[in-house]
Amino acid sequence: MTRFNAWNVFKNGFTGQKNWDRQWRDPEPKKEYDIIIIGGGLHGLATAYYLAKNHNKKNIAVLEKGWIGGGNAGRNTTIVRSNYMLPGNHEFYEHSLKLWENLSHDLNYNVMFSQRAHVSLYHSPGAKDGAARRYNIMRLHGTDAELWDLDTLKKNIPHLNYNDARFPIMGAAVQRRAGNARHDSAVWGYARAADSLGVDILQNCEVTGVKRSQNNIESLETSRGTLKAKKVGFAVAGHTSVLWQMAGLGNLPIESHKLQAFVTEAVKPLLDHVVVYGVGGAHFYISQSDKGSMVFGGDLDWYKSYAQRGNLPMVQDTAEAAMAIMPCLGRIRLLRHWAGVMDMSMDGSFFICKTPLSNLYLNAGWNYGGFKASPASGWYFADLIANEKPHKHVQNHNLERFEKGINIDERGAGPDPKLHG
Amino acid sequence: MNGVLVPIQNCTVDMIRIKCPYCGERDHSEFTYGGDASIKYPALDAPESEWTKAIFFRENIRGMQKETWHHTNGCRLWLEVERSTITHEIKSVKACHPQIEKITKNKS
Repeated sequence: MTRFNAWNVFKNGFTGQKNWDRQWRDPEPKKEYDIIIIGGGLHGLATAYYLAKNHNKKNIAVLEKGWIGGGNAGRNTTIVRSNYMLPGNHEFYEHSLKLWENLSHDLNYNVMFSQRAHVSLYHSPGAKDGAARRYNIMRLHGTDAELWDLDTLKKNIPHLNYNDARFPIMGAAVQRRAGNARHDSAVWGYARAADSLGVDILQNCEVTGVKRSQNNIESLETSRGTLKAKKVGFAVAGHTSVLWQMAGLGNLPIESHKLQAFVTEAVKPLLDHVVVYGVGGAHFYISQSDKGSMVFGGDLDWYKSYAQRGNLPMVQDTAEAAMAIMPCLGRIRLLRHWAGVMDMSMDGSFFICKTPLSNLYLNAGWNYGGFKASPASGWYFADLIANEKPHKHVQNHNLERFEKGINIDERGAGPDPKLHG
Repeated sequence: MNGVLVPIQNCTVDMIRIKCPYCGERDHSEFTYGGDASIKYPALDAPESEWTKAIFFRENIRGMQKETWHHTNGCRLWLEVERSTITHEIKSVKACHPQIEKITKNKS
């Protein structure tokens, strides 16, 4: 595979850009693999990449039912941050942010990571206290965090509604190292890097059945034939329950909900940060893409669904939230909106854990936060599969935590998946 | 349903319409989604593992499921709705309260 560097860009410029290799191979499936990861999204591909890179594993396949970048990897609002406060979560997401900071170099692929700061507005003294608590906990763990008073906020983002907002803007909790990345680049970069380490990426390969013995997975029935594997990893957030039941494993602490995202027509540079209207107000997050489109999202559609399409009441709600903090958006036209299906877990936290089957490993339950988590998710999931033991940062991110009463409920919303937005 | 409309409705934005037995057919934005209606809570003195299953574990059906909706901006009754989680098509709607018909009949 041709590396991307200045020399190759220069050289291919003289040969009509015709001599670049394809980004990843399209291999025929082998009959047997050491490790099969089901799900060719960011999490599955990152897992395969770190298995090969960190743990020197060979003979790995990633199965993708559609094409790379066609699932939730292409259905998010691309925000990367690490403002978590519970033990396990903050180490995990901080590690993820650190991986993002060097990801373009690591993958030899420009993921366009832009640390433009994540600005969470607060709208009441109580919300300010809550934000101060969370952001102080982050600082105590070495993550950057700061509070902006109203003057600083006005200086940095002058065109928010400071005059007559229903929930007056009082300031913001800010993480400067947070920002955006390009979702397609990230998933393509992981696919290309994993492939160059020998991972077979099998597209259009849907798992249709799981053949198992009492405590083992023996083989997988797929649309491209029967595949055997010594170890199997599930990384299909959104549809985890479907696959879990295909393996005859019963219920999970997960419900599938859909979340919409919106893109407008491109406008001149308007917003330099990721802005969140969420602490003591509505639920709304917005940033501007490199092309100039405003990219934003809001709440879940509120009812359980596997349909990858959104409903109209939520379009209205999100538009109202947009108008509440950025009235200058009033005449911008919406180009597209779409919905992605997500695993909403019972406490809003993820699962990277072993399962009742000895050769099956689970990566699931990413709620709203799957995109930013993907590098660390792959890192720790690869670690679990290779070493058969969870890393200490994810030791409680398992299915047993509910019975033990050690839920990791960042928001404190209780056992109702739709409330963990 | 006419042959052109079906594919369009299956692939575009949708508003679920719920036929409330007391108020008639309304947009789902009048209602609040509850959750899985098939959950049966165990006895109060049942072992913890049973309570864990009832509270935290879900079948998360991909297909027809029974679920609860609250007619918040209507009659304020809890309804049990059979709805597909793939197409959002609704098969049946009834009140959750088993004796609701008897109660409403006596009042009128």
